[in-house]
Amino acid sequence: MRVTFPHMGNLFIPVKAMLQYLGVDVVVPPPSSKRTLTIGAKYGPEFACLPLKLNLGNFIEASEKGADTIIMAGGCGPCRFGYYAQIEHAILKELGYDMKLIGLEPPQKHLTELLAKIKALSGTSSWWHIFQAIRFGYRKAKAVDEVEMAAFRSRPRELTPGSTEKAYAKSLEMLDRADSEIALAEAKRNADELMSAVAVDSKKAVVKVGLIGEIYTLLDPFSNQYLERTLGRLGTEVDRSIYLSEWVNDHIFMGLVKGLRSRKKACEAARPYLRHFVGGHGQESVGNAVNFARAGYDGIIQVFPFTCMPEIVAESILPEMRSDYGTPVMTMIMDEHTGEAGTLTRLEAFVDLLARKKEVKEVSCK
Amino acid sequence: MKIGIPRSLLYYYYYPLWRVFFEELGAEVVLSSHSAKGILAEGLKNAVDEVCLPVKMFYGHVLDLAGKADMIFLPRIVSVEKREYICPKILGLPDMIRCLKNLPPLIEVDINLYKNNKDFYCAIKNIGNIFTKNHLDIWRACLKALQVQKKYFKLMEMGLMPSEALALIEGRVEDKFLPDGEKFNIVLLGHPYNIYDPYISMDIIYRLRAMGAVVATAEHVSEKIVRSCAARLPKRLFWTLGNRMIGAALHYLEQPGISGMIHVAAFGCGPDSMTGGIIERYAHGSGLPFLNLTLDEHTGEAGVMTRLEAFLDMVRWRKAAFGS
Repeated sequence: MRVTFPHMGNLFIPVKAMLQYLGVDVVVPPPSSKRTLTIGAKYGPEFACLPLKLNLGNFIEASEKGADTIIMAGGCGPCRFGYYAQIEHAILKELGYDMKLIGLEPPQKHLTELLAKIKALSGTSSWWHIFQAIRFGYRKAKAVDEVEMAAFRSRPRELTPGSTEKAYAKSLEMLDRADSEIALAEAKRNADELMSAVAVDSKKAVVKVGLIGEIYTLLDPFSNQYLERTLGRLGTEVDRSIYLSEWVNDHIFMGLVKGLRSRKKACEAARPYLRHFVGGHGQESVGNAVNFARAGYDGIIQVFPFTCMPEIVAESILPEMRSDYGTPVMTMIMDEHTGEAGTLTRLEAFVDLLARKKEVKEVSCK
Repeated sequence: MKIGIPRSLLYYYYYPLWRVFFEELGAEVVLSSHSAKGILAEGLKNAVDEVCLPVKMFYGHVLDLAGKADMIFLPRIVSVEKREYICPKILGLPDMIRCLKNLPPLIEVDINLYKNNKDFYCAIKNIGNIFTKNHLDIWRACLKALQVQKKYFKLMEMGLMPSEALALIEGRVEDKFLPDGEKFNIVLLGHPYNIYDPYISMDIIYRLRAMGAVVATAEHVSEKIVRSCAARLPKRLFWTLGNRMIGAALHYLEQPGISGMIHVAAFGCGPDSMTGGIIERYAHGSGLPFLNLTLDEHTGEAGVMTRLEAFLDMVRWRKAAFGS
């Protein structure tokens, strides 16, 4: 059994770590590329959202590398992600790819349902071993997130263009290579050192932008046209409403790890505008926009795949929040046709506006 | 008091229930005008570009009620079946509509049967309390409303379209036998607010009938059959309306004498993008002619007509060549 799973930004690092810790033979699909997207868009349903198409492309490319089993998360709606696995599996079958599907449905009642599936997957491992594997994966996710945050900080301030990118890529590679708790701690130390070694102009005034939206397009740089990198290059410090480790803590550990931002808080902040959950991260998006605005961010960018239902609800409501707080919000919708130049132009214009607004505000305050 | 009900979205399922309930409690029910170009234009102006056509239409209907009604009935219909939802946009509808200006007050009540039916009675009580504090009156109104609703669903199962069933319930037409089903049967699948809204669907039902087809829809299949057919999917769908479409599609695919299947989807509709694909796969598997129509506010009538005519011609030739 050679197991594969879909890409979502840096997700492959912790998932691969966890599965290999359990002794599963893992095939990581090649990084999402134009080819992945072309394959996915060709075989996926026309109006399905972008993540489904990329997943499909990932699976087909992984199968070319010898994978025969798919691990895919599930869901219970109302976002259509919950039915992805079944549709993708049916399409693969129709195309003649004979792959087994292991669907990890979210624990409806208790964590044990999910754990039992992971145990079955790993074969003979003991519960203690599984616990260790999950903890190892989680620690890796956390380390990856921390490195990413450091990159967010140094990107707009770096003295040599591209130096953050280099350090970031190298750090991720080191974290990915660590195969035990000890090696991970060592890699994390080295990565931190590497990230802080990037020469920065710490006095530089930067525009701060909060990113909100749908989880896949937020976490996956390929699907959002490398939004964070572009914004950083334009002299913008970004923060994201969702990080992998926070998501895992909220949805898989049920908030077990304390001290992280949680979705509950975001949903509370959304209440004056959106009183009910709408599936996906719709309510969280509105709530996090409020949180970013309260925290004094200069602007907010919402990203989601074309036709994403929960985010469309959020998009309809965001103008209301914007008129209350005065923080500019821009919505960027991603699909397989999104052109790079168009995205760049919109981002440049938005950042220019924010910088100008900030300048005016600072002058008038003096 | 005048209660406004938008003639859109779930109106096509639950209007008899709502109307009887409000009228029993002594309120007057006002409907928005029929869907038309002007209504859609208002919706387009006020909704974000990305929402689907029926939701844009809903915006228009709500705005049409401003000035006509004292309150607008806008429940948040989260779920009408255990462990199922309607659609995220319908979940967020009250919040989206609340952003509109100059509207009469909204009656916002959550109707959520995701976990159990108890919440339904809670919702009924909350709505009823606006009109009376007398619980007995509320229950009486509720029971009567449910009775009428049941009759409405029953009439649809017998093969009536919602507008015909409504006309019968309201006593606008004579109760007489339906003509027997002919041999040229077309199954029309789609969200009720798309296929039964004559403006959105460009009166597809009337046009198919005018071309000599007998039109069957998902609402003509009983709940029991829908459920048992939909249970064949590898994983249970979590959209109530999607379940109905798939269940009905699987049921009709096994029926003799069905000549073709038409699936109507709204551009950008999330559930349709998934259920449409599933239905298409099953239809191709069985060899039944299948047409997928995607509608949005730009859809030209002539284009849709041409496709319908071509499809029906093909179905007729096929029938002539192979018999039934």
